[in-house]
Amino acid sequence: MATAVAAETHGHPPHHAPTATGLNTWKLGFWVFLGSETLFFGTLISIYMVYKGQSVVGPFPEDILDIPLTTLSTFVLLMSSLAVVLALEFLQQGRRGLALFWTMMIIVLGSGFLGFQAYEFTHFYKMGLTLQTNLFGSTFFVLTGFHGAHVTIGVLWLLFLWFDMYRGRLGPQDALRLEVAGLYWHFVDIVWIVIFTLVYLMS
Amino acid sequence: MSTTEAQVTATPVRRVRRRDVIWDWLTTVDHKKIGILYGVTALFWFVVGGIEATLIRIQLARPEMQFLSPDVYNQIFTMHGTTMVFLVGMPIAVALFNYLVPLQIGARDVAFPRLNALSYWIFLFGSIFMNFSFFLGAAPNGGWFGYAPLTSSQYSPGLNIDFWVLGLQALGAASIMGGVNFITTIINLRCPGMRLMRMPLFTWMAFITSFLIVTALPVLAIALFLVTFDRFWGTNFFITQAGGDPILWQHLFWMFGHPEVYILILPAFGIVSEIIPTFSRKPLFGYAVMVYSGALIGLIGWGVWAHHMFAVGMGPIADAFFTVATLIIAIPTGVKIFNWIATMWGGKIRLHTAMKYAIAMLVTFTLGGISGVMHATSPHNLQQTDTYFVVAHFHYVLIGGLIFAIFGSLYYWFPKLTGRFMSERLGSWQFWIYFVGFHVTFMPQHWIGLLGMPRRIFTYYDELNLGALNLLSTSGVLVQAVGVLLLFVNVIYSVKRGAPAGRNPFGASTLEWATESPPTAINFNTTPTVHSRDPLWVEADRIEATVFGPVEPHLHMPPNSFWPFLTAIGATATFILFMTNIWWMPLLGVIWTAVCVINWAYEPV
Amino acid sequence: MSESHAMTGTAHHGGPADAPPHVGWRKYAMIGVILAIITALEVAVFYIDALAPVLVPVLLVLTAGKFFLVVLYYMHLKMDHPIFGRVFWAPMALAVLVVIGLILLFHVLPTLGKFSN
Repeated sequence: MATAVAAETHGHPPHHAPTATGLNTWKLGFWVFLGSETLFFGTLISIYMVYKGQSVVGPFPEDILDIPLTTLSTFVLLMSSLAVVLALEFLQQGRRGLALFWTMMIIVLGSGFLGFQAYEFTHFYKMGLTLQTNLFGSTFFVLTGFHGAHVTIGVLWLLFLWFDMYRGRLGPQDALRLEVAGLYWHFVDIVWIVIFTLVYLMS
Repeated sequence: MSTTEAQVTATPVRRVRRRDVIWDWLTTVDHKKIGILYGVTALFWFVVGGIEATLIRIQLARPEMQFLSPDVYNQIFTMHGTTMVFLVGMPIAVALFNYLVPLQIGARDVAFPRLNALSYWIFLFGSIFMNFSFFLGAAPNGGWFGYAPLTSSQYSPGLNIDFWVLGLQALGAASIMGGVNFITTIINLRCPGMRLMRMPLFTWMAFITSFLIVTALPVLAIALFLVTFDRFWGTNFFITQAGGDPILWQHLFWMFGHPEVYILILPAFGIVSEIIPTFSRKPLFGYAVMVYSGALIGLIGWGVWAHHMFAVGMGPIADAFFTVATLIIAIPTGVKIFNWIATMWGGKIRLHTAMKYAIAMLVTFTLGGISGVMHATSPHNLQQTDTYFVVAHFHYVLIGGLIFAIFGSLYYWFPKLTGRFMSERLGSWQFWIYFVGFHVTFMPQHWIGLLGMPRRIFTYYDELNLGALNLLSTSGVLVQAVGVLLLFVNVIYSVKRGAPAGRNPFGASTLEWATESPPTAINFNTTPTVHSRDPLWVEADRIEATVFGPVEPHLHMPPNSFWPFLTAIGATATFILFMTNIWWMPLLGVIWTAVCVINWAYEPV
Repeated sequence: MSESHAMTGTAHHGGPADAPPHVGWRKYAMIGVILAIITALEVAVFYIDALAPVLVPVLLVLTAGKFFLVVLYYMHLKMDHPIFGRVFWAPMALAVLVVIGLILLFHVLPTLGKFSN
């Protein structure tokens, strides 16, 4: 498999222009981007914390947050991060079948998480919590909404990678593409780790 | 075909069609071309911002002037500030980063050339979008700082603030992309031997500025989202009846806003750190200290934001903290001024126009810094805030600090960009006229402010007895305008008719001067290796042998691409369509953008 | 064929695509189990009323534990070149300060009796 993949590359071996650090530019740039994203979500979390307890009318968090359900969705997202490292490990080893399986697992688990979020949002809406209802509604939906949007982008990204893997266009020598997508996915996971604690468990 | 092939193989001469040239510029990923695009666009907006300033000063020239209605005045002064900060100050720094940083570190381009192009096109479309609002009579009118709840739909029901939040959102995203690009470039694309502590100071300042950009702009992005959601979707972030706190906007905005002014000034520090050593024929005094002080300014700059809020009532502890932090930041700044002076001390000084501007920058910026220290002290601040004393302060640091440096950078690097000198004779006149005009405009404003004239007002009563000083201030604007006009004349004339300049006409020491003027598409035939901080003063022959010697084999330059241009259309369209408030409209923009990004990702490079 | 170029696209961006040192799927799975256990502990702390006074500090510690496990091991920061860490932790530190700063300014300072406005 690996050789078939290699044969599809350029006629000549890929040219690695040397970098000042010896590190891959794409990966470095992506870590810088993740650094900026910490400020993005950090600010959103700050706003949630500033307005925590300041809603003038309900529903309030303790009325409406479903801890058992969210624990389950948190677990699902955590396991999707495990799926990432497994998929990457197997891709690097050239074990295509396992790499495909675990990459699909990330997508399935991530979509599962999104499913939970969709359910939660509609459920809250029915219980009278919207963006406009109060500060809790505004801050909650914006914070988790941005997070969910990030997860959605991640799922779409991984779908493309899965197809490339399936068509033999993403082999062990291109593992960096999955690694970078994995970094994005893990980041989205750690943001949720923080959100779960601050929003749900400290309600 | 790649431009290297055009350079290197003997191609039969073919007339270049205008169509090809336009296509080349629309699809370019060359950092030098993108730098020029940024620079030209920013200079255009500088003229627009200058016209806005002129209108402001005409309105304020006499008490109870009726030149501009209050509503129009609010739009003009808002757009003056917004334009000068976001459409001039930041892009012009990025123009210089783009052009110079790869050359200064011995690289052929930035880390992500297409992303670089995307940043520019979003900037261009976003800036046009924001200014298009003028044609609807609905330009942003809430001040460049857009305080809540004035920006809420209750108090600003028109389109003005929509243009503001959406336009700035697009521009901010472009800036963040640029910041990521330059940090990665500077870390990873330095040529062999170019240790971090051997980089030119300008590149160091670009590095620190980029860190400020990637940390401060996300905060602004969120703040803008909150206002957008309040306006479009009825959220409660700044709605007091629901428990929202408009002061939160101020904290978020200034958390961005203060690092922003360091984003504006650090590149100027970098420029001056290049000009002064060259025209003193002496290495920069205290290089390491200059690097560390720049880093300290960037870092501490993140901790002073609420000095814009001393009159808000945060309480003595917060006031004291931010006073102390702001006073502390004067120290690394002052150190730089001394180091520049020490660089000149004992040097062989040539008063080229670029050097005149650099020295003028030191003097004027220091004056602005002194009024800044006065503002930092929170008890003083209560008297000075919201008066023209503040306006005087920030124009002294921004024009005196940034614009003087930018004008100096034009005279300095113009020969590298074009292979021709700007006229020194005209330059000398231009410098003095602009310098005098600037001081005539803004020095009186210190008095105007301390004598009680508030800022952000469209007129004032005769009883204030400030009519004469205001008129004096306005008269300076005419002089400045002449100065700017002369600058443009000098640029336009010199592009075609300037005296030819060689590769290193001023005898500078940094790598960009080791290339042709203008540089070839690949910058250096073979990537140089450096062993010193001032390579062209220490090891010029060896450097030149590599730069102008045989072309490196297997050289691959990133090819042109139209995806950045198309993606920028999609991204900007998404923001514009959001204004329609029809849910599926921005979705069209999102889909267009996604399709472009996917094609981009799969494009062979 | 254009798609075949895609996989070398990133290789062109300089530096060998550094394959991280081999960690082994078993270790990753073990960390996954630990993450699940910590999550269970967090939820337990939430439900056990007796622990209410220490809820916040305990949760913060547990959450930090999960956070660092994912960043250091799953995102590989511990084993990678330090520069990746530096460009991430520096902004991250600022983000933490932003959160703390705003909480202080809005929730703590106003409650400090005669020192507040």
